[in-house]
Amino acid sequence: MFTSRSIQSNLTLRDKIFSIDYILVFSILTLGIISMFAMYSTDGGSFAYHTKSHILRFFVFFSLFLLISFFPIKFWFQSSLAIYFIFFLLLLGVKYFGLTSSGSQRWINLYVINLQPSELMKIGLILFLAKYYHRIPVSDVNRFKFLFFPLICVSAPALLVMSQPDLGTAILIVAGGIIVAFLAGIKFKFFAYISIIFLALAPIAISFLKPYQKERILTFINPDRDPLGAGYQIIQSKIAIGSGGLFGKGFLNGSQSYLDFLPEKHTDFIFTLFSEEFGFFGSVFILLLYSLILSRIVKIGHQTRSNFGKLYCYGFAGAFFVYVVVNMGMVLGLLPIVGAPLPIMSYGGSSMLAIMLGLGIVMSCKIYKDTPVN
Amino acid sequence: MINFTEGTVNKSKLISRRMFTLTVAKFIVFGGIFGRLVSLQINESKKYRTLSDKNRFREWRLAPQRGIIKDYFDREIASNERVYQLHITPENASNIEGLFFRIQNILNLSNERIFSLKRKMAKQKPWEPIIVSDNLTWSEFSRINLFLHDLQGVEAVVSVARIYPYKSTSHLIGYVSQASSKDLQKKEYLRNMSVPGISVGKIGLEYKLDENIIGKVGFQRYEVNAFGKRIRQIELDKGESGQNFKTTLDLDVQEFTAKTIENLAASVCVMDIYNGDVITMVSSPNYDPNAFVHGIDNKSWKFLLNHRDKPLTNKAIAGLYPPGSTIKTIVALSALDNDIANTKSTVFCKGSIDFYGEKFHCWKKKGHGSMNMRDAIKQSCDTYFYEIARKLGVDRLSVTAKKFGLGSKTLEGFLEERSGVVPNTAWKKKFIGKNWYLGETLHSGIGQGYFLSTPMQLCLMTAQLANGGYKIKPRIIIDPTKKNQNNLKEYIEYKNSNPNIPLPVDILVSNFNLEPLFRNQENINFIKDAMFASTNEPGGTSYRSRLTKKEFTFAGKTGSSQIKRFTEAQREAEVKQTEIDYLDRDHALFIAFAPYDNPSYAISVVVEHGGTGSSAAAPIAKKVIKKVLERHELRMINKNKLGDEI
Repeated sequence: MFTSRSIQSNLTLRDKIFSIDYILVFSILTLGIISMFAMYSTDGGSFAYHTKSHILRFFVFFSLFLLISFFPIKFWFQSSLAIYFIFFLLLLGVKYFGLTSSGSQRWINLYVINLQPSELMKIGLILFLAKYYHRIPVSDVNRFKFLFFPLICVSAPALLVMSQPDLGTAILIVAGGIIVAFLAGIKFKFFAYISIIFLALAPIAISFLKPYQKERILTFINPDRDPLGAGYQIIQSKIAIGSGGLFGKGFLNGSQSYLDFLPEKHTDFIFTLFSEEFGFFGSVFILLLYSLILSRIVKIGHQTRSNFGKLYCYGFAGAFFVYVVVNMGMVLGLLPIVGAPLPIMSYGGSSMLAIMLGLGIVMSCKIYKDTPVN
Repeated sequence: MINFTEGTVNKSKLISRRMFTLTVAKFIVFGGIFGRLVSLQINESKKYRTLSDKNRFREWRLAPQRGIIKDYFDREIASNERVYQLHITPENASNIEGLFFRIQNILNLSNERIFSLKRKMAKQKPWEPIIVSDNLTWSEFSRINLFLHDLQGVEAVVSVARIYPYKSTSHLIGYVSQASSKDLQKKEYLRNMSVPGISVGKIGLEYKLDENIIGKVGFQRYEVNAFGKRIRQIELDKGESGQNFKTTLDLDVQEFTAKTIENLAASVCVMDIYNGDVITMVSSPNYDPNAFVHGIDNKSWKFLLNHRDKPLTNKAIAGLYPPGSTIKTIVALSALDNDIANTKSTVFCKGSIDFYGEKFHCWKKKGHGSMNMRDAIKQSCDTYFYEIARKLGVDRLSVTAKKFGLGSKTLEGFLEERSGVVPNTAWKKKFIGKNWYLGETLHSGIGQGYFLSTPMQLCLMTAQLANGGYKIKPRIIIDPTKKNQNNLKEYIEYKNSNPNIPLPVDILVSNFNLEPLFRNQENINFIKDAMFASTNEPGGTSYRSRLTKKEFTFAGKTGSSQIKRFTEAQREAEVKQTEIDYLDRDHALFIAFAPYDNPSYAISVVVEHGGTGSSAAAPIAKKVIKKVLERHELRMINKNKLGDEI
C-alpha cells in the first residue's frame, strides 16, 4: 500500500495515458456519434444549425473531458468546496441577471456560452458532498449535526432551481445529493422520515406548483385526459416509439418527428426520435451503451482507493443513472414530463458540459486511483 | 494513523455495501425500461404504427363527375360543363387585404360578399383555399387571367359542373344542388362518400338516379405535418364518373310541347301505349334548373315559390286534378264489364236530374235528349253517367279505375310524384271518417267529388285503353341490363298476322306475359270507338280539334274539372268560364290516343283554369299529336337500331 502510493505519486504521462479507461472513452464517443446522427435527423436530414452546433459542442466538451481527466484527484478534492460555491453564485446570478426563455429564467450569459448553472450544480453538489462525507467518520454520519448541513447544501440550490422554475433539474440535483448521502451511510430510517414528511407536505407543495406543473402530473396519470393539450407530448412520443417496431422506420424516416408531431425532439425527446428510426434493437443498443458506461464508472469507483473517489464515482454513477431513467421514463410514458435531458445525446451545451465535467472527474479518479486525496 | 485507516476501510466497506444495493435497484429499473420497450415496440407496435399513419396521412375526397342524361336520340339533356372557379389561398398572398380589394374591383363583387369571404377565411387554415366564385363567366375568367401574374395567392381553376341545356326538361330532370345536412341524414351513400359540398340530385330524375349517377368518389392522400399542412401527395384516385342514362324522352317533342304551352299553367304527357315509354312530360311554367346548381339567390327563389302558377311543381306527376269527364271512359267500361249496362242502354237527358232532393246538372242546360252509351261518351252527357254510376256503385267503379292506374304512382323513385285519390266507401270511412252518400257516387261518375288524378295517370289510363286493355308500366329510363319484358307489341303483331286464331286470355298471360285489364275486349273496343266519335264525328266534344289526315287521326275525350260549383244564378245566366275569376275557372282536360287505326301513342293534357277541355286542352293535344306522329318513323328507326339495347 505504501509502496504503491510512492510509485503513484510520480506518475509519468505515459502511465497516465495507459491508465485511461478506454472502454469508457469509446462508449462515450459512440454515444456522441450516434447523437450526431440523431441530431442530423431532427434537422430534417440536413446539416443545419442544431447538428453543427451539437457536433461542435460534443467535440469541445469531449476534449475538455479528456483534459480534465489528467487533473489530479487531489485537485478536485481540494477545490470541491470552491466549485460548489462558484456554481451556487452562478445560480444566484441567474436569479438576478438570468435570461428568460419560454417562461423560465435558467440561463446566464457568459459571452461565449449561455450557461445553465443548474446543470453544473448537479455535478457540483455530488463533488462537494463526496468531500463532505469523506471527512466525516462513519459513526458521525447519522448524527443530527451532520445531517443538517448536507440538507442545507442540497436544498439551497434545489430551491433556487425550482424557483426558476425548473422542477426537472431541481429533482435531479436532489437525487444526486440523496444518492451520495445514501452511499455515505445515512440510515434508511432517515429516508423513511423524509419521505413521510414529504408525503405529509405534498398537499401544501401542490398548492405551490405552477398550474402547468399540476397539469403535467395529472396528464401523466391519464394522458388521454386532454389528448390535444398537455397529454399530447406523451401520446405522440409513445406513438413514435411504438410505431418504430422491431427494426425502426429507418434513418431519416421517422415520420412522427419530421412531420413535427414530436415536441422538443432535439432535447428531451431525442431518444424518441432515435427509437422511432432504429426500433427496438436501436433502443436496446442505447440502453446497453448507457449500462456499459455506468458499469465502467462503478468499476472505476471500485478501483479507486480513496473514499472521496468512491463516493464521487458511485454518486455520479447513481445520478447519471437517474438522469437516463428520468428521461427515458418520461418519453416512454412511465414518468411525468419534467423536462430532463438525456445525458450526452440531448442537444444542450450546459448539460453536455456538466456531464463531461462529471465524467472527467471520474476518469481522474481512474488515473489517480491509488493517490490519496489528503 | 491505524485508527484512521481502519475507519477509512470500514467506510469503504459501507460504501461498497450500499453501492451493491444501488446496483440491484439499477438493474431492476433498467429491466423495467427494457420491459416497456418490449411492450411498446414489439407487443403494441401494430397499434402505434396505425396511430402514426393516422397522424401522417390525410385524405381529401374528390367529387366525381355526374353521369350524363340523354334523350332517346342521344342528345344530352343533363350534361357537364367546364366552369371557371377562382380560389384564393391566403397563405400564398402577401397582402390579403389588398388582394381582396383588387378582386372586388375586377369581378365587381359586393361588399357583403367580400365580408362573408373574409369571415370564411378566418375560420379555416391559411393553406386551405377559399372559393371566391365557383362559376366565373368567360369574360371574368379572362380578365382575372390577365391580372393573374401580379395577384399572388389567386388561382384560376377549371372545374366541372352540371348544366341543363334545355329549360323544357326542368321538371323531369330536376336539378342538383349542394348537399344539405338533411340529404346526408337521409342517404347513406352520401355519408359514405363524405365529400363536402358535393352536388346531389334534389328532385326529378336527378334525385331518382342520384345514387348511380353521382359516380365513385376519388381521393387524394397527402402526408401532412402536425399542423395539418400538406407535405406531399402519396396517392391519387380520380374516382369514376357516374353512370350515363338514356331516357325514352324525345327532346324535339319536349321542346315543341313546352313552347306550345309556355304561357299557360298546364302539363302534357305522351306515352307509347305498348311499352310505356314516356315520349314527353312537360309542365308549365318551367324554371331554369341551372340557377340551382351554383346556389339560387333569395329573390329568384322567393319569386318561384310565390308564383301563382307554381313553376316549381311538376304538374304532370305532382299536380292533382279531378279527372272530370275523362273518367267517363272508365265508368262506361266498368259498367259494361260488370253487366250493369249494355251499349244499347239509353237514358233520357233533360239537363238535370233530381236525386233525393239534390239537383244534378248536365253540362248542357237544355239536355241531350235520349242518349245511348256511345252518344253519351261522344257528347259527354253527364245525366247518362249519373244514371250509370248510380247503378254501378262507387266501389265497382273504383276497382276498374285502380286497375287502369288511377290512385297509385305511375313512376318509380320520383320524390315529387303524388298518387291521387280513387274514392270508394272504405276510403271515405278511413280518411274522412264518414259514410258514403249516394250523391257522391253520382259526382264520382263524372270524375268530380273526391276523385283526384295526375296527368300522367290519365295518360297511362288512356294508353291502356288504346292498347286493347293491357297493363303497361310507364318507363323513362332505359336500363340496358333489363330487357323490356312487355311483349304486347309482339302479341298484337301475331294477332294481326293470324286474325282467325282466337287466343284465350290465359294463353295470353302465359305466352306473352300480359296482364289484361278487361273482362271482355269488345268493351274496350267499344270505348275506343266512342272516343273516336267524340273527336271525329260532328257533335263530338273535341270535333273542332280533329286531325283529318288519316295517319294523324286521333280519338279523345274531353274533360273539365270543377273548381267552384256554379250558383244557380250563374247557371241561369249561363255565365261563361272566361267571365269568372281566373282562379275559379275549371281545369281543362283532354285525353287521346293516335293514330286511331293503328294506335301508338296516348296523350293527356291538363290546362289549369283553362275553362273547358274542348276549347283549351284539345287544341294543344292536336298540335302535340301531330308532332309526335311526324316523328314516329324516326323513333322506330332509332328503336330498331338500338335493337336489344332497349
